[in-house]
Amino acid sequence: MANEITLTIDGKQVTVPAGTLIVDAARELGIDIPVFCYHPKMEPVGMCRMCLVEVGRPMVDRATNQPVMEADGTPKLQFGPKMETACTTPVSAGMVVIGMSDKVKAARNDVLEFLLTSHPLDCPICDKGGECPLQNLTMGFGKGSSRFEFEDKQHNQKHVPLGELIYLDRERCIQCGRCVRFQKDLADDPVIGFYQRGRNLVIDTSSEPGFDSIFSGNTTDICPVGALTTADFRFGARPWELKSAASLCNHCAVGCNLTYNTRREAKSDGNVVIKRAMPRQNEAVNEIWLCDKGRFGYHFAESHQRLEKPLIRKDGELVESTWDEALDMAAKELRAYGFRFVSLASGRLSNEDLYEIKQLTENLHGQACLYSPMAGGDLTPLIGYADPQGLSRVGKGTVIVVAASNLHQEAPIWWMQVRAAVKRGAKLIVVNARSTRLDKFASAVVRYRFGREAEAVLSLVPAAETSGESGKIIAAAENLVVLYGSDGIGLEGSRQVAAASAELLRASNLLGKPGSGLLPVWQRANDQGAWDTGFTPVDDLAKVVSEADGVLIAGADPAGDHPAYAAALKKAKFIIVQEQFLTKTAQLADIVFPVQSMLERDGSYTNGTRRVQRFMPVVEKLPGTRPDYLVTAQVRQKVVHSNLEFISAAQVFMVLAAHLPDYQNLTYATLMETVPQHPILGRSDVYYGGTSFENRQGLGVQLGTAANRRDKYSLPAAPSTQNQLPDLEHAEELMAVPVAELLDTGTITQKSVLLGKRTSTPFALMHPKTAQQKGLAAGDKAKISLAGVTYQAVVRVDESVPTLHVLLPRSLGIPLDKPVLVKVIQ
Amino acid sequence: MANGVYEMMRGLWQTFRSAWTKPVTIQYPEVKRQVSKRYRGRHALKRYANGLEKCIGCSLCAAACPADAIFVEASEQTDENRYSPGERYASTYEINYLRCIFCGLCEDACPTEAIVLEDNYELSFETRESAIYTKDMLLDAVSAPNQPTPRKVKPGSFNRSVPEMKDPVD
Repeated sequence: MANEITLTIDGKQVTVPAGTLIVDAARELGIDIPVFCYHPKMEPVGMCRMCLVEVGRPMVDRATNQPVMEADGTPKLQFGPKMETACTTPVSAGMVVIGMSDKVKAARNDVLEFLLTSHPLDCPICDKGGECPLQNLTMGFGKGSSRFEFEDKQHNQKHVPLGELIYLDRERCIQCGRCVRFQKDLADDPVIGFYQRGRNLVIDTSSEPGFDSIFSGNTTDICPVGALTTADFRFGARPWELKSAASLCNHCAVGCNLTYNTRREAKSDGNVVIKRAMPRQNEAVNEIWLCDKGRFGYHFAESHQRLEKPLIRKDGELVESTWDEALDMAAKELRAYGFRFVSLASGRLSNEDLYEIKQLTENLHGQACLYSPMAGGDLTPLIGYADPQGLSRVGKGTVIVVAASNLHQEAPIWWMQVRAAVKRGAKLIVVNARSTRLDKFASAVVRYRFGREAEAVLSLVPAAETSGESGKIIAAAENLVVLYGSDGIGLEGSRQVAAASAELLRASNLLGKPGSGLLPVWQRANDQGAWDTGFTPVDDLAKVVSEADGVLIAGADPAGDHPAYAAALKKAKFIIVQEQFLTKTAQLADIVFPVQSMLERDGSYTNGTRRVQRFMPVVEKLPGTRPDYLVTAQVRQKVVHSNLEFISAAQVFMVLAAHLPDYQNLTYATLMETVPQHPILGRSDVYYGGTSFENRQGLGVQLGTAANRRDKYSLPAAPSTQNQLPDLEHAEELMAVPVAELLDTGTITQKSVLLGKRTSTPFALMHPKTAQQKGLAAGDKAKISLAGVTYQAVVRVDESVPTLHVLLPRSLGIPLDKPVLVKVIQ
Repeated sequence: MANGVYEMMRGLWQTFRSAWTKPVTIQYPEVKRQVSKRYRGRHALKRYANGLEKCIGCSLCAAACPADAIFVEASEQTDENRYSPGERYASTYEINYLRCIFCGLCEDACPTEAIVLEDNYELSFETRESAIYTKDMLLDAVSAPNQPTPRKVKPGSFNRSVPEMKDPVD
């Protein structure tokens, strides 16, 4: 192939695509060329000079333009007088690289000696000690002793909090700039940078609060020394003392792969506790990145507020009980109330749990409701985005439409990947009522007034008269990915957006290509799995619940989220709740079963792209708790006398796979299969620093779609383009719409004290004119009167927000699940 | 018969002869024998002359220990509550003497010469729990007057964890 280049590195031949850098080509052969500043996920800069190698190229006779041959017929090589940096030099045909000669070793020795002139060598107390590239390479190539007097070294501050989450040790920093480049190029939060020059060069933060980025934790992974450490793991343990367990992040629909490091600790009462969360490489999902919510939001399992015993209601009070008594009581009540049964579950549960609850619901002829304000999960099995490579390779030719989503807050890793895709040449069209952080990367931005989401999406259809510039972009697309979220819409609005997105994809005639499809930005980790197992959201949840005789609620806290649901639940005759904590919903229950968190058990999630992935037990289970699937199965056994003895999650998954056509042939073993991933990271500590874990525990399985299989399917009719919300021109009230905020106070997130320091305060975002009209200015405290209750929120203003609207965050104390009219006063 | 008498006499001669030599036994525990300079007995956690603990909780002793007898847990310290120089100190330090084989590798691994095998060999336990020595049992008493740990120190005066050390002479 024309694009392949063959070269020789240390006597071994390798063929790589043109444009590959020498350092990556060597890696394909298993040859380590040491680096500090280079990172395969970022542009090379050649700052540290650690990767110097001797490079020879075939000599060409300038007169004849023919290669010069040696006497024996081999091409004559021309080596430069100086060595070249392997991280910035692309390969060329016939190149010969010498990566291990005396000259190269001497260069590495010198570079290391130079880097160590001001390095404190406090490896014994450094958190990176044991997995530190600088330490390893010094052992490999460095001098045994220092020629530098300790007093002559540059002494810098050792304790610099860059914010609540990240600490900097300026003395350890070797100025490779990986963190600065990551924040600038990948995270688009250039909040840290170099300050001063020469020997005084230090990293500093320029934002208020310090290091204000939701991706800040990643800099501690890619830091090749122990300069950047997380507040969570700081001096917590030495890396060699930690055990690893593969898991998934359960905070959003991306489904990031991660590895939890655990240790048994005296200060945690002798329990095994999670010491840190590290990304596990999965190029189809999160590559090697995690957002701060996923990295620091795992403390729910070790909370002291966990339920440990079943609770049953006796004489109006919830009292502790035994499992047998509680299960018997549940079965007795369910048999009695067997007609009109409703189960309400959320995407916090695993596929196994949801499947069991669905089975019980079917046995009782009940209704399985999904606790979610988003629709469209029935469309994803038909036309979902199902590229086995995820979003990480999307580039030229692809058009990405992000509709009604503040992706940066709803799914941070996808936001980063969409941004990277634009850099690789993909075109982005943002359809949103207000400006979001994707706008500046977009080729076209479509604005609408809240309530006209579907109309705005349909305006992109190339044939539409109003399509304009964005229509032309879509008409030229080779692939079309449509992401839609829940920015400012409730369930009804979401249904419209989903249908409009489906119509856009249908009209583009690109369906059936693996790189095209619909990608809903779900709010929870396994919402897609809930759809696949048969749960659907309902329009009037309060009505459905209040009319039911028996309600089973698992993994959701509707009463805590909205007073209307609390009122509805009070009307329901009999409530069973499966929860980890005594939530407001659990307080209303007749029976509360204490369940295990995902960190204590097996299970599987299906992420937004419908990749089924497995998580494994990380910590010891809390005594007295059982996994959700087991609780439901035991209730079911007593109710319908099913003689199935479910023992493990794996068995439940086998039954699930046998019954759901899309999940056919899947087992836990297939979910654990891995293939080599590129770029190669972290196979040995010496190279990129050992703190991005190689994925040996499974990449998951991408489910196919009907469109890609060329099956017959039918899509819903295109939605009406009429305004979903009332006209506001003369109203006293404002239209409040719910928006996502990453660091919220959800049941699981708020147990992380560290994240609590970064949790947003409730805010009310509006147009400056609207704020002025109400006598408010940015920073003021506004009173928001909603269904008779008043909530406080800090006013923020943004000119891009439509007038007469107020944007309120979800899960920050203000109960808002769909657009409603509110009164806003000073 | 004669042979038997001869053998008995020979034995008694040995007894008679030994009665005039200096005995090797001592009246333990009233009398205690001097141990050699490099004897490896029970560990002690040492302090600097200023009273601060030498141990910085780096856990290298635990990593070096072939018997997995040492358990260390570190925590962060401030100038308000200082135990040892630097940012890290050992909040938990335990040695299980049922496991310890007194090899001295922990001593070799220690970057601050904090853990030292001393001359105490009087170790006997009745329960497994009592064989686990905690930090307060291992730590030397404060020799510097009124300078216990933790204590409040002037900010920035003890920010180096690892001191410059000379090669061991003994």
